[in-house]
Amino acid sequence: MIDKSTRQAVGQRILSQFRQAGAVEVAPDILQPAETLLDLYGEDIRARAYVTHDPIRGEMMLRPDFTVPVVQMHMAGGAEPARYCYLGEVFRKQDHGDIRPEHPRENEYLQAGYELFARDDNADAEVFLLFSRILAPYGLTARMGDMRLMLDAIRGLPLSQIRRETLLHYIWTPARFRSYLTRFSAAPRPRDFAPATGPWTGLRSQAEMQSRIDRLSRPTDAPLAPEWSEGIRRLLDISAPAPQAMEELRQLACDMPEIGEAVGLVARRFERIAAAGHDLNLIHFDPTHGRQSMEYYDGLTFSFTAPGRDDWPPVATGGR
Amino acid sequence: MIRLGVPSKGRLMEQTFDWFAARGVRLSRAGSDREYSGRIEGAEGVSLVLLSAGEIPRELAAGRIELGVTGTDLLREKLAGWRSHVVELAPMGFGHADLILAVPNCWRDCETIDDFAAITREFRRNHGFRLRIATKYHRLVRAYLSAREVADYQLVDSQGATEGTVANLTAEAIADITSSGETLRANHLKIIGTEPILRSQATLFANLAARGPALDASVKLIGLDRPTRD
Repeated sequence: MIDKSTRQAVGQRILSQFRQAGAVEVAPDILQPAETLLDLYGEDIRARAYVTHDPIRGEMMLRPDFTVPVVQMHMAGGAEPARYCYLGEVFRKQDHGDIRPEHPRENEYLQAGYELFARDDNADAEVFLLFSRILAPYGLTARMGDMRLMLDAIRGLPLSQIRRETLLHYIWTPARFRSYLTRFSAAPRPRDFAPATGPWTGLRSQAEMQSRIDRLSRPTDAPLAPEWSEGIRRLLDISAPAPQAMEELRQLACDMPEIGEAVGLVARRFERIAAAGHDLNLIHFDPTHGRQSMEYYDGLTFSFTAPGRDDWPPVATGGR
Repeated sequence: MIRLGVPSKGRLMEQTFDWFAARGVRLSRAGSDREYSGRIEGAEGVSLVLLSAGEIPRELAAGRIELGVTGTDLLREKLAGWRSHVVELAPMGFGHADLILAVPNCWRDCETIDDFAAITREFRRNHGFRLRIATKYHRLVRAYLSAREVADYQLVDSQGATEGTVANLTAEAIADITSSGETLRANHLKIIGTEPILRSQATLFANLAARGPALDASVKLIGLDRPTRD
C-alpha cells in the first residue's frame, strides 16, 4: 500500500508536466449530478459509482471520473483549442462477483488527467506523445486503436438504415455484434410469434410491438454478401505492432475503400509520432482497442499497461 | 463456541427447525414467541442465534456467526465475493425459489433474452429513457444482464409487490423470485429465458475463516455426516 502523500507527490509531478504542456488546471466538484453520468454510461455506472442522495440536489455521485465535468465546463464557455489538466480523487465501487480477488482494486484513488479540445488531427499525436513521455520511466506497453475504422467500415456496408444502426449500436458489445453480423449475412428467416393471451399491460405500446413483429415476420433485407462480413472480421482480427498493423490496414483498404480515409488519418498520426522520435514497433495497434471499456470514443483510443500484468488495470487510458 | 444463525420467523424458521430435528438436533425459541433468543439441544458447543434471513449473509461474513441458514439468493445478492467468505455445507431441500426476469405476457415478440435486448434498445429510442426493470436483486440482475451484453436498461428498486410495478407504469419488466409462478400469472407477466437467473433454496453456510476442528466437531454433532432419520 502506497501512502497518500507519496501518491500526491507523484500526482503533482505529473500535473506539473501537464501544466508545462500548456494546460490550465481545473478542479471540478467531487459531488456530481447523477443524471448526466447515468445517461452517458447507463446502468453500469450505478454499479461502479457511489450514488448518494441530496434532499435539494437529488441523486448525486461521488466523481467516478473527470471527463464529464471537464467537458461540461468547456462547453459552458471554453474556446478551442483548449487544454485542461486536473488532479484529484475518483471513487469507484469494486464489485468482486463471486470471488474476492487477492488484490482488490481500490475504491478511491488519485487521477491525473489532461483534456485537449481541438478539431485538428495533430491533437491525437500531441496527447499520445505527452503521455508517452511522462510514462517513459515506467517501461509500459503502449496500445492504440481507432474506432473510426470500424465505424466507417460499418457505415459503408450495403445494409438498410435500420440494420446499419443496429450494428453501430452493438459495436461495443462484441458477442451481440457478431451474432447480428452473422444474422444479417444469412438468408432472412421470417419469425412466427405465438398469439398472446390476456390484457395489454405496461408502458410499451401495441404499435411499438406491432412494428417490430412486422419487421421480423416479413424480413425484406437481402443477406450481406460474404466479402463484407469477411472484411469486418479481418478488421477485427488486426492486432500487431503498428508498422505491421498499418500494412494490413492498407491491404484491407484496397478491398474496403470505405475505410481508406480513416486509414490515411491513422497513418498520418503514426508519421507524426515517428517524427517525434518514437519507435512505432513499440506501439501495439488493434483497431477496436478499448471497445469494451471506452464506449464514448469514436476516434483514437490508447492505453498504457504494465507488461506481463494483463490482470492489472491500465496505468493510463485516453482517446478522442 | 460455534454460533448458528437461523431465520427468526415464519415458514423458513419452522422448516429449519424441522430439518435440524430430523438430524437429532432440537432448536427452539426461548421464552415467548416474540423473544429472539434460541435454545439448542443435542449439539454441544453450539449456540443458537435467531436473525432476520436477510442479515445472515452479513453476520456470516463478519464472523459474528460461524454457521448460518439463509437462501442462496440473499447470500449471493448481499455478499460480494461470497465464495471467498463462506462455503455451502448443505442445500436443505426447502425454500425453493427461482430468480427470474419477467415481461408483460402481451409482448408476443419477446421470447428470448435476445428479443429482450432488442426491445430495450427500441424502447429507449421511442421513449427517451432506458427500459426499467424493478427488482431488489440489483447485483445478481446486473451481473446476469451484463454477461449477456444487455445494456439499454435501468434498474429501479422495488422491495415488495414488485409484480405490480408493470401495471402501475413504474417499470416495464421485473426481476424477482418465484416458486409457483402464480403471482406472475395473476399480474399478466411471463418469464424470459429457459434458465432462471438463479435457482435458490435454503442452505446451511459456514464462514470459511471459522473452519477448523471446532467447526468440524459441530458439523458432526449436527449430523451432516450421518444419514437423516426421515
